Amino acid sequence: MLANANRLTPYLFLAPAVAVMAVALLYPIGYMIWASFLDWNPSQRIGEADFVGLRNYVDLLGDAAFRESFWVTIRFAAIVVAFEMVLGVGLALLLDRELRGMTLLRTVFILPMMIAPIVVGLVWRYMYHPTVGTFNRVLDDLGLPSAPWLSDGDWAFASVVIADVWQWTPFIFILSLAALQSLPRSAIEAARIDGATGWQMIRHIKIPLMMPVLIVTALLRMIDAFKVLEVILVLTNGGPGLSTEILALRISRTASEFRELGYAAAMSNLLLILLLVLTLAMFGYTRLTEARTARLARAREIEVG
Amino acid sequence: MSTPATRRPGPAFYALLFALAFMALGPIVLMVSNSLKLNVDITSPTASLLFTPTIRNYETALCNFLPYEPEHISRCDKTFGRALVNSLVISVAATAITLILGCMAAYALVRFRFMGRGVTSLTTLLVRMVPPAVLLVPVFGIWTFQFGIDGTLYGIVLVYVAMNLPFVIWILQSFIVQVPIQLEEAARMDGAGPFRTFFLVVLPLIRPGLAAAAIFTFRIAWNEFLLANALADRSTRTVPVTIVNSLTEYDIDWGVIMATGTLLAIPPILFTLVASRQIITGMTAGAVKG
Repeated sequence: MLANANRLTPYLFLAPAVAVMAVALLYPIGYMIWASFLDWNPSQRIGEADFVGLRNYVDLLGDAAFRESFWVTIRFAAIVVAFEMVLGVGLALLLDRELRGMTLLRTVFILPMMIAPIVVGLVWRYMYHPTVGTFNRVLDDLGLPSAPWLSDGDWAFASVVIADVWQWTPFIFILSLAALQSLPRSAIEAARIDGATGWQMIRHIKIPLMMPVLIVTALLRMIDAFKVLEVILVLTNGGPGLSTEILALRISRTASEFRELGYAAAMSNLLLILLLVLTLAMFGYTRLTEARTARLARAREIEVG
Repeated sequence: MSTPATRRPGPAFYALLFALAFMALGPIVLMVSNSLKLNVDITSPTASLLFTPTIRNYETALCNFLPYEPEHISRCDKTFGRALVNSLVISVAATAITLILGCMAAYALVRFRFMGRGVTSLTTLLVRMVPPAVLLVPVFGIWTFQFGIDGTLYGIVLVYVAMNLPFVIWILQSFIVQVPIQLEEAARMDGAGPFRTFFLVVLPLIRPGLAAAAIFTFRIAWNEFLLANALADRSTRTVPVTIVNSLTEYDIDWGVIMATGTLLAIPPILFTLVASRQIITGMTAGAVKG
């Protein structure tokens, strides 16, 4: 900490950022909470909207389409995180080497996450296209019947999952590789001297040691999976039927197509609460592991000293 | 006995490496190659890697910047060209403002003890998870009815700055912590005020952090669709908005769309090739420390 600074100094440094976040982030969130109690459409000012109390929330409970889209969101997030964790961690364990080729692969691997989700959706929409798309062409060349990639409910759900797995498995891969390469060498050496085989090493040493990072990574990815919107918007726009209509998409359609802003605000609120719970779980977990590490370190000091 | 880390990788290792790189790059290469094809070549039943590349799709998309008039264009559609300018202006402005405000805030949080520090720091962490879909309704309402800045470029910049600040503040904190405090104390002894110390001593030392933060912010502003779609009017549309609009047309012009998609993908791809190390550092730090 710097001594003898003017007491106002920190506030001067902080003020511009805090002002912008207050005006364009906190105020809108408060506004949204207020709007969720109103019957409000986009042609009205908010002051002209009728106050309806908890009606939007009550309506949500009885809204079959909302319930469906809630479950689609949960299913989507759970499935993509599961696939991406297994693939990403598995690949990291397989490819845990410091080589030229690895640096190159890591660079190539970030590309799918860096380009716009709109572009990802665009490319995959082309590949899934019923007639000119890559997949059906390959199936055709192999003499197989073409698949209804985006036109059948279950297929469409699988298709958006595949696109997401393509885009985000590298994220898990890179983070678990980093975790793997920063594991204490001593534990791995000790296991090696004890004659642990590759698989035993992975199961009993590497995975347990990586666990804290893996859990945080999974939660981080889960939070992001709840925010996915553009790729699905471009691929299926939620269809066919409601089979791929995740919450973020339902909110945007409720606001712009059905013009029910209060109702959309109530949905946004629920999504926000869901994300808040996940975020707090992540922080809580980080705190817990940090405390445990500190305790262990202290215990070791006492032993040694 | 040797660990996987020291054993020489066999051909299977390289085969896997190659297969993964192919899978990651395949769709992107497909887009770029289609952007260089005529629609007849894209839709012809015999898809082939052998085709005569053409820049016609790019000429169509960027026709208002061309000094000549290509024969294949009957009427120049300026939508995309205008959107490209809007996207550039918005992303550069949002990145610059976010970085300046973000690094100052991060400095205050790292180097000073003051009342409200804990609350500010916690709020910043929490609002990081707010998705654009949640901001859609309130930002539309406030920007349209209260601020009257819907349809303007700075309206979009404002929301992008706010959205990116929490992440930028957080990531820069971890870089500022590493600056040796003695340097700042020495500058202070030489009579520099806190602002001079910050801008002349601290900022140059956290350049790698600023680079990472700049890339993340630019990328989010450049790629964002939902809020831009809600806030922009005909003249302030960004590239993602025009791409989605042209995808909803009945007869999709795949060649031109792939060209616009490629143009939208070029800046993030360049950043990745130039600064993959900083990007990975930024990502890793984000996960490890929550």
